Amino acid sequence: MSGETPTTAEYIQHHITNLTYGRHPDGTWGFAHSLAEELEMGMWTVHVDTMFWSISLGMVFCGLFFWGTKNLTSGVPGSFQNILETAVEFVDNNVKQVFGTRPNVIIGPLSLTILVWVFLMNLMDLIPVDFIPEAVKYVGIEHFKVVATTDPNATLGMSIGVFFLVVFYSIKISGPIGFVTGKFTHPIAHPIAYPLNFVLEMVDLIAKPLSHGLRLFGNMYAGEMIFILIAALLPFYAQWALTLPWAIFHILIISLQAFVFMILTIVYLTQAHDAGDH
Amino acid sequence: MTFSLLTMIGQMISFVLFVLFCMKYVWPPLTQIMQERQSLLAEGLEKASAAEKQLDDANNAAAEELDAAKKQSADLIAQARNRAGQIVDDAKGQAQDEADRIKQGAQAEIDQEVNRARETLRKQVSVLAIDGAEKILEASIDKKVHQTMLDKIAAQL
Repeated sequence: MSGETPTTAEYIQHHITNLTYGRHPDGTWGFAHSLAEELEMGMWTVHVDTMFWSISLGMVFCGLFFWGTKNLTSGVPGSFQNILETAVEFVDNNVKQVFGTRPNVIIGPLSLTILVWVFLMNLMDLIPVDFIPEAVKYVGIEHFKVVATTDPNATLGMSIGVFFLVVFYSIKISGPIGFVTGKFTHPIAHPIAYPLNFVLEMVDLIAKPLSHGLRLFGNMYAGEMIFILIAALLPFYAQWALTLPWAIFHILIISLQAFVFMILTIVYLTQAHDAGDH
Repeated sequence: MTFSLLTMIGQMISFVLFVLFCMKYVWPPLTQIMQERQSLLAEGLEKASAAEKQLDDANNAAAEELDAAKKQSADLIAQARNRAGQIVDDAKGQAQDEADRIKQGAQAEIDQEVNRARETLRKQVSVLAIDGAEKILEASIDKKVHQTMLDKIAAQL
């Protein structure tokens, strides 16, 4: 592609390819230079761009909030403390509404981390699609996706993390035996239906992390694809006519998807805690 | 959009680390400070309502004091008016007495003057009568002999 003007298909392909580090079929480790090379590497690869952005933005979240807690006051809060408290209060209210006031040390910070982290990763979508990829080309990096949440590996990584927590709490609440028998005795409490119940419960169990992670991925991927299409199909002087309204609308989507990911986390954890009540 | 197991695991690990960081360093201080503020606010509101009640009480007390003072001053004014009336009445009585006394004195003086004038007149009349009688009787009446009779006449005048 060097030097030539890429075709539309090449342009789009370029924008949806991650910077992948893995083992080439010949046994050497290195970056993939095309989608075909990446596919040859199999699943033992690292999407360096995804990891870079998710860890950087996670550290931005931790850094900002940690820095904010350095000089807290119970009197009149400053503007930054106000922002932090608004976020915490918003999360806390949602946790209280869905999960209730049961004592749980992890659900609040977990939800806050998800909300802010996912929001920050989504926020990268508002940076014009070519800014960062074109800039890093000068240091020899061919592919560089900016929005970590448009990588299903990242979103599924988080949703499976939540899934482990759900399983952990389910087992903690109903005990290992109760957890396993629960998979047979629900929803139809009759021995004949036990095999059918098990199939249903397994589908239910596995669908949760899948839909959880893929929902965020799908929304963000579709949103980014619109930006890429606008950039690929329109001349540069006309792009603003579509990118601007879409970006404004996208502000809603990025916040909403971060919120939905958080709320679903709370809902799944609540279900895990309620399972013992049956 | 390719499957990348290491990315997924890496994302999961960083997720866990960020959540742990948030649990330890971010969530507790923020929620604690918010709770502190909540109790501060509750305290402040309680104090404010107590102060309001105190203010009401003080206002009521002040109004009562003011009423009492007004009543007292009204009483004092009424008393002073009575006293003034009394003083004027007393003065009037005294003036009347004084006037009566002066009038009586003047009357007595007048009476005295009248009596004195009458006495003088009487004496002059008796002298005139004797003169007249002397002239009528020429020397027939001896002054020494008839003195008693003349005195009687003079006394009758």
